[in-house]
Amino acid sequence: MPAQTVFKAEMVRADFPALQQQVFNRPLVYLDNAATTQKPQVVIDRVRDWYEHENCNIHRGVHHLSQLATEAFEGARQYIAGLLNAKHSHEIIFTRGTTESINLVASSFGNKFINQGDHVLISGMEHHSNLVPWQQLCLSKGAILDIIDITSEGEIDLNHYEQLLAENPKIVAITHLSNVLGTINPVEEMIRMAHIRDIPVLLDAAQSVAHLRIDLQKLDCDFFVFSGHKAYAPMGVGVLYGKEEWLNKMPPYQFGGEMVDNVHFEQTVFNELPFRFEAGTPNVGAVLGLESALRYLHSFGIENILHYEDQLLHYAIKRMESTGKIRFIGRPKNHAAVISFLVGDTHPYDAGTIMDKLGVAVRTGHHCAQPLIDLFNVPGTIRASFGMYNTYEEVDILIGAIERADAMLA
Amino acid sequence: MTIQETEQKIVDEFSAFDDWLDKYNLLIEMGKDLPLIDARYKTNNHLISGCQSRVWLHAELADDGKVYFTADSDAVITKGIVNLLIRVFSGRTPDEVLTADMAFIDKIGLREHLSPTRSNGLISMVKQIKLYAQVYKLKMNN
Ligand SMILES: Cc1ncc(COP(=O)(O)O)c(C=O)c1O
Repeated sequence: MPAQTVFKAEMVRADFPALQQQVFNRPLVYLDNAATTQKPQVVIDRVRDWYEHENCNIHRGVHHLSQLATEAFEGARQYIAGLLNAKHSHEIIFTRGTTESINLVASSFGNKFINQGDHVLISGMEHHSNLVPWQQLCLSKGAILDIIDITSEGEIDLNHYEQLLAENPKIVAITHLSNVLGTINPVEEMIRMAHIRDIPVLLDAAQSVAHLRIDLQKLDCDFFVFSGHKAYAPMGVGVLYGKEEWLNKMPPYQFGGEMVDNVHFEQTVFNELPFRFEAGTPNVGAVLGLESALRYLHSFGIENILHYEDQLLHYAIKRMESTGKIRFIGRPKNHAAVISFLVGDTHPYDAGTIMDKLGVAVRTGHHCAQPLIDLFNVPGTIRASFGMYNTYEEVDILIGAIERADAMLA
Repeated sequence: MTIQETEQKIVDEFSAFDDWLDKYNLLIEMGKDLPLIDARYKTNNHLISGCQSRVWLHAELADDGKVYFTADSDAVITKGIVNLLIRVFSGRTPDEVLTADMAFIDKIGLREHLSPTRSNGLISMVKQIKLYAQVYKLKMNN
């Protein structure tokens, strides 16, 4: 049973070619996994195989290759639907990524269901991708964007959420796992609270798919969006899951090939789900790479990986605390492997630049969540975000880099 | 010293070090010598956009027909980089500033900071410096 086996980064490190390199004559310590993850060889091979042997357009040709490719593509959809426990595979729509998925919902759902004076509810810890589409929608419709408060610990203020739900927003859009603070939000409870009032909920799962077990029917969210590239898959592919009831009521987002059933110069009959929302030739190679990445990830048991990452996170926090120099930004109780911090009084850009020269790839700045950073009244943060292949030794190197940066900048 | 001579001097100072950290140590030291901007100019008007750290830059055309720059930043490495620029560009005529190229940045191994997306906004600083020079050149010709 996978739940009993112990997962360790050493079991998989060799699978990731990009991790084997040196930068500035030092081994690369890649701690920017919240931005994008490295890819295992199986995923790289899958994409290469597609272009070497299988490449052709799908859904249209009667020829042999086209049929095989269509089967592979639809097979990926079915696999993902099964893995995430969607009710129907046609509820899985392939997009370019999280950002496109959210824009699709904001545009299509928004145009149909949101009118002047309506409310839309998001939290104060959203990535710009789950903020700006809603903000622009509200601006164009004369609707009102409400923002749920974030506590000083970096958690969603559920009392405030309850208050704002009383405005009966047309939709709630919240992040499952914060890319800045690592907070795992109590989304099941938040979805339940919204559903009591028949309000649909969109989950921005860009960060969660690589770390958490997802059960869409249990979560019961109405929309669920993520990007492949943050879960060991290629860039350029993502998913929009939507409940059939909603998707069927929503107008198409883009128009063109494949999403149509019947076209005349005067009018067009649109295709059924999921094709109605997949205009144009999809990134088939990346979709197949996504399937292969998720198969790879889950072959170790995602709970085992989460358990390992959790221990690694707490080791990192403990070591960082013991330097006496770290200011943590956000200390959520339910915390995934993302840490935002500052080194003493130094500017995050300074410390991050020096850490980079020591081979430690961390991200500095506002992490595409400027309003959240402003709440904490800092110029930005340094963010270390971990993946399945990060080791305890790498945490030690991170600590060494922090000490060194502190010594140089003090 | 001409702009070229100053640039060469900076290149020599940096070439004394092989290790990246030593080069950054030098930058940090240089940041401490930055001719600081007068507090009254440290406003949003003087803020350069496109930087992950904040940079304030002020320029004045003196009676000698040369432009003098002062600056500040909330990040010390950025201060070092701004100071490099100021050493090269301050006390020059607008024409000298406008015709100077930035090859020395590449030579001292800071080329990564020249990419348009690099968050310290070296490109934005150079643009702003040249913009000041452009404005003063027009003023002088009027
Ligand atoms: C929480 C969250 N939402 C959305 C996005 C945007 O993802 P993408 O750029 O892949 O569309 C990110 C990526 O940084 C993210 O972390």
